[in-house]
Amino acid sequence: MSSPTSRSGLLSNYDSGEYYCELLGSPASPHPVFETIEQQLSTITEEELRSRAIAAENDLFDLGVTFTVYSEKNAIDRVLPFDMIPRVLSAAEWGVLEAGVRQRVKTINLFLADVYGPQKVLRDGIVPAHLVLGNPNYRKEMEGVKVANDVYVAICGIDLVRDQNGQFMVLEDNARTPSGVSYVLENRRMMHRAWPELFHGLGVQSVDSYGARLRQALAENSPGSAPDPHIVLLTPGTYNSAYFEHVFLAREMGITLAEGRDLVVVDSRVYLRTIAGLRRVDTIYRRIDDDFLDPLVFREDSMLGVPGIMDAYVKGNVQLANGVGTGVADDKAVYAYMPRLIRYYLGEDPIIPNVETHLCNEAEGLAYTLANLESLVVKPVGASGGYGVMIGPRASRAEIEETRAKIVEDPGNFISQPVIGLSVCPTVCDDGIEPRHIDLRPFAVTGKDTWVLPGGLTRVALRKNSLVVNSSQGGGSKDTWVLFAQGGR
Amino acid sequence: MLLSRHAEAAFWMARYVERAENLARLLDVQQVFAADSRDSASWRSILMLNSDETRFLKTHDQADRESVTQFYVLDQDNPTSIIGAIHMARENARALRPLISTEMWAHLNVFHRKIHALTPADLSEARLSRTYAMIKEGCQAHTGITEGTFFRDEAWYFYSIGRWLERADQTTRLLDIKYHQLLPLGADVGSGFDIGQWNSVLRSAAGYYAYRRVHFRAISPATIAGFLLQNRAFPRSVALCVNDMGRVLNELRSRYGLRGGGAALERIDELQAELNGRSIETILIAGLHEFLDLFQSILGHLGNDIAREFFHHEEAVAQVQTQSQ
Repeated sequence: MSSPTSRSGLLSNYDSGEYYCELLGSPASPHPVFETIEQQLSTITEEELRSRAIAAENDLFDLGVTFTVYSEKNAIDRVLPFDMIPRVLSAAEWGVLEAGVRQRVKTINLFLADVYGPQKVLRDGIVPAHLVLGNPNYRKEMEGVKVANDVYVAICGIDLVRDQNGQFMVLEDNARTPSGVSYVLENRRMMHRAWPELFHGLGVQSVDSYGARLRQALAENSPGSAPDPHIVLLTPGTYNSAYFEHVFLAREMGITLAEGRDLVVVDSRVYLRTIAGLRRVDTIYRRIDDDFLDPLVFREDSMLGVPGIMDAYVKGNVQLANGVGTGVADDKAVYAYMPRLIRYYLGEDPIIPNVETHLCNEAEGLAYTLANLESLVVKPVGASGGYGVMIGPRASRAEIEETRAKIVEDPGNFISQPVIGLSVCPTVCDDGIEPRHIDLRPFAVTGKDTWVLPGGLTRVALRKNSLVVNSSQGGGSKDTWVLFAQGGR
Repeated sequence: MLLSRHAEAAFWMARYVERAENLARLLDVQQVFAADSRDSASWRSILMLNSDETRFLKTHDQADRESVTQFYVLDQDNPTSIIGAIHMARENARALRPLISTEMWAHLNVFHRKIHALTPADLSEARLSRTYAMIKEGCQAHTGITEGTFFRDEAWYFYSIGRWLERADQTTRLLDIKYHQLLPLGADVGSGFDIGQWNSVLRSAAGYYAYRRVHFRAISPATIAGFLLQNRAFPRSVALCVNDMGRVLNELRSRYGLRGGGAALERIDELQAELNGRSIETILIAGLHEFLDLFQSILGHLGNDIAREFFHHEEAVAQVQTQSQ
């Protein structure tokens, strides 16, 4: 799509092929920011860029911006690979995404208040009742529970992709415990250290206020009227692979990072064990899944949770963010109904469309999926992290047949989607600057209102031709820039 | 209000770094001693002092320079080794990451990696001194970065208490080992050989010139032992550590209105009475080793007091239950 001949410097041999390039756009509609940034890009050699990239990764390692992999004897800290060339969004592009994310979050919260309340959406037949009530993430304990401001999902991550025509689409909603926001802020700090001159004159929107915004939102959702509620972040502990992010968020918000064993429930109230004895807690940003939250209610073998916390929550004595049972809204099967839910609750058309999705639990969707396996992406409904995904055009005959057998055995567990030719971005690779596929996860924070962090986490599939951006599958990340509108800062 | 778990982690992070530094000092002076010594039995005394002899002999045939040094510097399976202490310091720092400065964490991370990169070649006689210097400097850099960047709220107080407690304990051990070796029968006091050894004890505690300013006429084992135990200006003296611990604990209690800590303060009074109640000569006559032994056991009780009063609130839950009835 973009010809390599017209450029000089870093991108002189760069060719994005058939894919939409986030930095260059397409010949028909060149990306509005490219001209500005091209100049800056041409002032650095590939060699210099590479040496700065190595220094940057070493820095991340020393600073402990890492996720931890535990083997039998050792804790191995790994850095999420970081690519130096940022992904850039214009103010106009971002305006659409921001509105689309807000619309989506609003719908998700209305949907949750409905299914755990009057269940109108089920009676009106918008979503099949069995899909909700029979969902393993549906928590009967939440029926009739009053949640402050009706904010079930205070922190939401919406995964977006962009197709060959440059059209953004929602790939997945993350309404449980979306992770990755620490990389957004750390990547920016890293870019400021490693490549400060690239920022000159561009006007990049800051991401620094995330912690303050989140704390404000959590305070707004706190029970009672205390002007300064006691908020803590609940982590599974130092052995969790995302522990760095929990540390990061607690620091950014200036709140205590607690483990389950630091909390105790007495008379349906939650307390923190401090050097001065027990201190009452009002709100908990928990980074522990529902299953492990309370051994008295959910998995009784959980050592990470707090016995009795559900009782305190149901009685309104403590606020949890995100609420319990939000997983019913970000399920891959419920995802397919999101455009209908947006129309149902808001009377609006979806601002960002879904990827076309075929539900194998519906006869039509099943037939279509089985007839077109070679050209579809098949995903198990419950899994995350890119596990169990089959990409038809890249799968062997045997893999396709194996997937076919699994679908036939348990159709309700699968959906299928067309293969999206994900957009690419110039990336520093072993053999030069090459296109690599990327996605985008903006983060939305909801108190009385919803605020979206400008940009979000851009994940990049570092393996050549790979469409899988997950860190568990060879993914890395890039800094994500949202520019101010021309003249406005 | 500070989490009990974080208070405990701050206390122990400080203790482990201090322990690693002092162990490097102890081994360094031992190295000098052994080189001068007529036999190699002296390497056993360091094991005895840390009550590690039985454990050591399970995996080693004899205690000599190589095996004991390896055991205390590089042996990851030995919890009382330098590598073990730095590992534990880092694990506590990991739990404390929401509270410590990024620079403290980054430094401990890099230092930890440096220690792990040490090989037996770094413990050869020719390089050992440099290796100990690197370890000491790493620990001191930690202390300095902490002084300059650690926010001074409750966690800092627990960090300080841990540091003073460990340093007091380690100075008594340093003194004890020399006592073992130098005054086995109370003989030989004041001989030239003896004085040279005592000088190296002072040097290993970075106190030689400070001592000289106080005692400029003659060096004697009694004044050196008195200096390390009772001097109020020397940063590694037991008296200074105990006094600062008392000051910090008092400040912590009054600044944050804490009721706990009473038993620990009483224990500190007891330590001060032991130290200041009699002259060094009286202590030596009654037996320095016996004195140090007793002192170490009171320090141990003090650690338990602090743990009981601040870190483990088994009774706190019961308290709230009674109040709310």
